[in-house]
Amino acid sequence: MTDPRELYQQVILEHNKKPRNFGKLEPCTHHAEGYNPLCGDQLDLTMVIEDGVVKDIKFHGSGCAIDVSSASLMTGAVKGKTVAEAEAMSEQFRGMVRGELDPATQAPLLGKLTLFSGVKDLPSRVKCAVLPWATLHAALKGEAEASTE
Amino acid sequence: MSPTVNATAQPLDVAAIRRDFPLLSRILHGKPVVYLDSAVSGQMPLRTIERMAKYERDEHTNVHRGVSTLSQEATDAYEAAREKVRKFIGAASIKEIVWTRGTTESINLVAQTFGRMKVGAGDEILLSAMEHHADIVPWQMLAEEKGATLKVIPLTDDGELILDSLDELITDRTRIVGVVHVSNVLGTINPVKEIIARAHAKGVPVLVDGAQAVPHLKVDVKDLDADFYVFSGHKLSGPTGIGVLYGKLAHLDAMPPWHGGGNMIRSVSWEKTTYIAAPGKFEAGTPPIAAAIGLGESIDYLEALGLDRIAAHEHELLAYATEKLSAIPGLRILGQAKDKASVLSFVVDGIHAHDMGSLLDGEGVVVRAGHHCAQPIMTRFGVPATTRASFAYFNTREDVDVLVSAVLKAIEIFK
Repeated sequence: MTDPRELYQQVILEHNKKPRNFGKLEPCTHHAEGYNPLCGDQLDLTMVIEDGVVKDIKFHGSGCAIDVSSASLMTGAVKGKTVAEAEAMSEQFRGMVRGELDPATQAPLLGKLTLFSGVKDLPSRVKCAVLPWATLHAALKGEAEASTE
Repeated sequence: MSPTVNATAQPLDVAAIRRDFPLLSRILHGKPVVYLDSAVSGQMPLRTIERMAKYERDEHTNVHRGVSTLSQEATDAYEAAREKVRKFIGAASIKEIVWTRGTTESINLVAQTFGRMKVGAGDEILLSAMEHHADIVPWQMLAEEKGATLKVIPLTDDGELILDSLDELITDRTRIVGVVHVSNVLGTINPVKEIIARAHAKGVPVLVDGAQAVPHLKVDVKDLDADFYVFSGHKLSGPTGIGVLYGKLAHLDAMPPWHGGGNMIRSVSWEKTTYIAAPGKFEAGTPPIAAAIGLGESIDYLEALGLDRIAAHEHELLAYATEKLSAIPGLRILGQAKDKASVLSFVVDGIHAHDMGSLLDGEGVVVRAGHHCAQPIMTRFGVPATTRASFAYFNTREDVDVLVSAVLKAIEIFK
């Protein structure tokens, strides 16, 4: 079993304290709200997509450090990417934190986001890390809400 | 700390008690486990675990079935547990003790039988602002079905119910009052006897959610004059899957059955079925027999320790933990009621409760982090979640010290 303390690395703590891309885009082309019914974490994601490229993305809401830092790092990582690339990253991230993909060899798109790989050993926190990505997926699919139920 | 505590009670032999709980010697993340989560689920003493195993190994069969010796033995043990519950809460008759799966099922049963009988369009159901979801949602479902409304007894910032306006909140449309005896978030011990008396003065029955009360204080349903009193076995050092609905016999007799099936019938024909009397009328199907017998064993264990001694010990720990945690800068305790059971919720500036929960877990400290199935209280206090430590008779001052140092470490990490 992984020590939960190992998860709280400097990058995660720093993004929690100063989240990037925090706020709301108005107007936006894509929007979804994510909700984690277990803990009540809420995430509001707004995006501007032009010509199949994520031009801008912001998130808003309240959550734990894992949720907030995941959202902060995600928004930075998908900005400028194509929708197809963002979806592929979402797939890899979710596969990684569920322990289905090896971060060293099977998640080439994730870069520094692999620092969340330790979450796989803390099943109760997987949903926190995944919530931003589930919300991104919902926004890209045109769904208004995402839940990690 | 509380007028319900008997200060002259002999202290508990906690070192000896701890040997009754094998889980307390586990190591988590290299640290000895510090179990401060009895409000989530109380640990079972070995004698309960062994009594349940004995039933499964040597006595297992169904109850109230057939003429076999085994079935009679199982029935006797199962009904003896019901009698232990009766005595434990001071009910007049075992006919008033209905087995359920737990507090949640008990409340749903009352809402779906008594509630459906009494509540109509335009009527009101009065609940307190500190109810658990289990005492909100079943009433909300009933209100939606019937076109009734929910009204709420408000809270002070200290976490006490504001009872000044209770007589106005109970109107001629109020059909039932639901109130929690001890808040699972704030620890507040509510003056349920007074609330019941004031509701009864207007002819309104009261259901008391006693899930967090029975483990901490001596409950006497006759003295309270509660119409319904409900609780779960697993908060009472017993197993999961068993709970209790106490109801005044006149109410239970007037209520229709809830679930239909075997065990609850007098006779069945294609034309008509008649039902047996309470409590059997509400106990369709095969019950969790081992769990009922186990709960009886846990009640014996708690009574041997003495509820007054348990209360004195837990209140001493609560006072110590309150003092220690209050001294931490940036930490705020939710629930500062004058009369409190050993439940301590807190938030720390800049640290979400889930992060605190995970970091405490890393130190071997088991607490609850979240909304505690009481989201309206979180909204009332403007927080998304809290961290909650709850103290039982097997906890020590050293456990509190480990908690405090683990909280300080978490704050250091997030600095």
